[in-house]
Amino acid sequence: MLALRQAPEGIARAEAADSTSALAGLGEVGDALNQALRRILFLPEQASTFAARVDQLHYFELGLMSGIAAVLGCAGIWFAFRYRRRAEGERTPRVVAPLWLELGIAGGLLGLFLFWWLIGYRQYLHAKVAPAGALEVYVTGKQWMWEFAYPRGRNSQGVLFVPAGRPVKLLVTSRDVIHSFYVPAFRIKQDAVPGRYTTIWFQARTAGAYRVFCTELCGVGHSRMWGKVVALAPGDFERWLAGWNPDAADLRRLGIDLDGVLPGDVPADEEEADLAREGQRVAAVRGCLRCHTVDGTPYIGPTWRGLYGSVETMTTGERVFVDEAYITESMMDPLARIVAGYPADMPSYQGLISAPETAAIIEYMKTLWGPVPPDSVAPPPPGGVPR
Amino acid sequence: MSTVEVVVPLSRPAGDSYLEVPRGFRSWLVTTDHKRIGVIFLFATSAALVLGGVFALLLRAELLTPGRTIVGPLAYNRFFTLHGVIMVWLFMIPSIPSAFGNFLLPIMLGAKDVAFPRLNRASVYVYAAGAVIVLSGLVLGGADTGWTFYPPYSGRTPTSVAPIALGVFVLGISTIMTAINFIVTTHTLRAEGMGWMRMPLFVWTIYATSIIQLLATPVLGMALLLVALDHAFRLGVFDPTVGGDPILYQHLFWFYSHPAVYIMILPAMGVVSEVVCTFARKNPFSYTAIVVATLGIAFVGFLTWGHHMFVAGMSELDVGIFGALSMFVAIFSAIKVFTWVGTLYRGSISLDAPLLYLYEFLFLFGVGGMSGVALASPSLDVHWHDTYFVVAHFHFVMVGGTITAWLAALHYWFPKMFGRHYPQRVAALGTLLVFMGFLGTFVPQFLLGNAGMPRRYYDYPPEYQALHVLSTMGSWALGGGLLLTAVYLVAALRGGRRAGTNPWGSRSFEWDTPSPPPQHNFTEQPVIARGPYDYAREEG
Repeated sequence: MLALRQAPEGIARAEAADSTSALAGLGEVGDALNQALRRILFLPEQASTFAARVDQLHYFELGLMSGIAAVLGCAGIWFAFRYRRRAEGERTPRVVAPLWLELGIAGGLLGLFLFWWLIGYRQYLHAKVAPAGALEVYVTGKQWMWEFAYPRGRNSQGVLFVPAGRPVKLLVTSRDVIHSFYVPAFRIKQDAVPGRYTTIWFQARTAGAYRVFCTELCGVGHSRMWGKVVALAPGDFERWLAGWNPDAADLRRLGIDLDGVLPGDVPADEEEADLAREGQRVAAVRGCLRCHTVDGTPYIGPTWRGLYGSVETMTTGERVFVDEAYITESMMDPLARIVAGYPADMPSYQGLISAPETAAIIEYMKTLWGPVPPDSVAPPPPGGVPR
Repeated sequence: MSTVEVVVPLSRPAGDSYLEVPRGFRSWLVTTDHKRIGVIFLFATSAALVLGGVFALLLRAELLTPGRTIVGPLAYNRFFTLHGVIMVWLFMIPSIPSAFGNFLLPIMLGAKDVAFPRLNRASVYVYAAGAVIVLSGLVLGGADTGWTFYPPYSGRTPTSVAPIALGVFVLGISTIMTAINFIVTTHTLRAEGMGWMRMPLFVWTIYATSIIQLLATPVLGMALLLVALDHAFRLGVFDPTVGGDPILYQHLFWFYSHPAVYIMILPAMGVVSEVVCTFARKNPFSYTAIVVATLGIAFVGFLTWGHHMFVAGMSELDVGIFGALSMFVAIFSAIKVFTWVGTLYRGSISLDAPLLYLYEFLFLFGVGGMSGVALASPSLDVHWHDTYFVVAHFHFVMVGGTITAWLAALHYWFPKMFGRHYPQRVAALGTLLVFMGFLGTFVPQFLLGNAGMPRRYYDYPPEYQALHVLSTMGSWALGGGLLLTAVYLVAALRGGRRAGTNPWGSRSFEWDTPSPPPQHNFTEQPVIARGPYDYAREEG
């Protein structure tokens, strides 16, 4: 409880020292109790410095409420038994609650509720006011992916890289409709509202990967608008900022399991054998495969299987031969020509993916034809592309 | 003042009831009788409950497995939107006030009818028109915005937002008509001797509900009309790309929709107050406390809407103020729960189906209310906001509270409305099945929310599946319980044994006329000479 009274500036340092937990005051017993309650309540791990305190308020409120409910419930059941009707036409004594009892119950509960509010509000302010020196990251939601931009010039999609043990302040906005950036393991959430920036901050306790959900309904892809936070040791994070691109295997060597935290779009670490494989990786990382399947099922967008080289009817009735030109146009100016039967939902990738990445995606699409092979990547068809 | 009571002849020839006079289908279509209008609303809202319930079962079935189970993501989004719209506006809001309020309020006040009977008839037709417009939106493909219609998404979705928003607007007009009627009736048509502090508690809650409906519904109507215009003409009031503000919509929407929560729960609380007094044969532990708490909820309920927006980007100061005010409104509900339990003390308790539902109400509403207090603690709300914890919370209050109380009302006043009994043992079984089904459906959802499962998700990571399976199985039990209830109640409409005037031995005024009541409720102008909860051994 003591930690609640600290000024925001002191928070980061104080939290580095311990988990600022009232239960921590109990030492190992408190720790075991915390973990037991957390598991019983299905709460995720407490991966931020903020999480343990929020959970303690949770335990506190739940425990006391259960006690009050148990007393009331037992009273109700006991009355049903003790005062059960014994004869028809029974009359009852007139009992009226004395004023002191009513005021006592109301006042007592109000005091308790406001005490909870006070703790909760202080914790909330703590989560909103970032300490000085926090690393700032710009978070942009769009249908249906997350983009992250760092002041020193790097950016990433789907995966937010942060240093562990250092406060990170998120400046959150949206490019289209309202989204909400939610990291359950950190106990933080912030709506991404188009036209304004909102902020929240956190400090990851250790290196690891944590899931990100969108929690504001944003359309048909909402329930797959997932992402990940990867907290790296400070040295590794500096490397990442300097341009290092770790794949899943590199991260596993650091003890970070991407697919363990959320079934992901990032494919397993394979040798980047050819451009098509690179295209498959890029398509996954850039979120293409959230809307386009590769197995022939139409989803939010047309399936990529058999798309290259086909002739598609547009919403305007125009028939278009799907070649490199049309695919590139669809990536850069997607609303120009939409295949009939699909919503005009695709975001533009202009300036977001490089020319080699565009080429890789097209090469990948060329490999998708015929029945679904057991392996995820089909060999290029002999003798050109089938019509 | 001892012996003058409500003056009605006790034995009447059969066939004189409002159900049979005047005769003919057409007489029901043009009726201005508040009792018939109540019955029409009872059947219409029950049909809406069935439709909304079917969508609920479909949603739960889809969530049985991650990814696609029975429908695709767009269909899923349409289903939960329709489930919400139908349950909130076609069932929950009119369920108790328009059905039981219409039937009982004038009788409880000793009046022949409501103040404006033809306005009352119009409210039926406007409700029907609103329902038709909403359902036409369903036929046109339905919206996929959720019942909250948050812009800018609601302005951009290709689905048919406009007819559904317009339909809700029209339903709001029906609600306002009913509210005006109840307020004026309560002020002007109380029988001689019916002072304000002698009114049955159910009347108090309907009165308070009507005030909320009158003040809040126009704000919703305005906001939804703007959403419809945004969608149809890209007006952009709430769209930032053309200078609008999406947060403004959230303020307008919740300014109505938070009080709307009390529109849904206050009448339920009125039912509970009546049921507990009748089945414990007991005066309320504190009539004054319940009246004060009812009005307190109606007033403070207008000041808490911002707690839906703790993570929306409101200022920190706003979050603090709305959090504290939300704690205040919880106090009034807590006082009521304590008072109901206190009413049972030294009563003469008979565990008939309505009282069983009351016990379920106390438990479920208690849990729902307490989870609401937890949600008003801002830091906890940050974790739970828009997760299944919130879904569980409001279903505990809305289903566990309002639908349970609605079932209690149905079982309590069924003999009053239709003059028949339903089979008691089957009813007791039904209450148990509904209760277990409810717990099975919604307790796992609290845990899903703790675990971080967002709401309105069609797809989810596989480790949430076990809790989803439990929840879906619970929904089958809940659906089964409600189906059983529907079957025996419909059968009892014709085949039930005759109930007699006052089968529960209640002292409440509505039981002083025959069951079912005659066309004009009373044969002479009633004079009220005692309170509605006058069960005491000695007149005092």
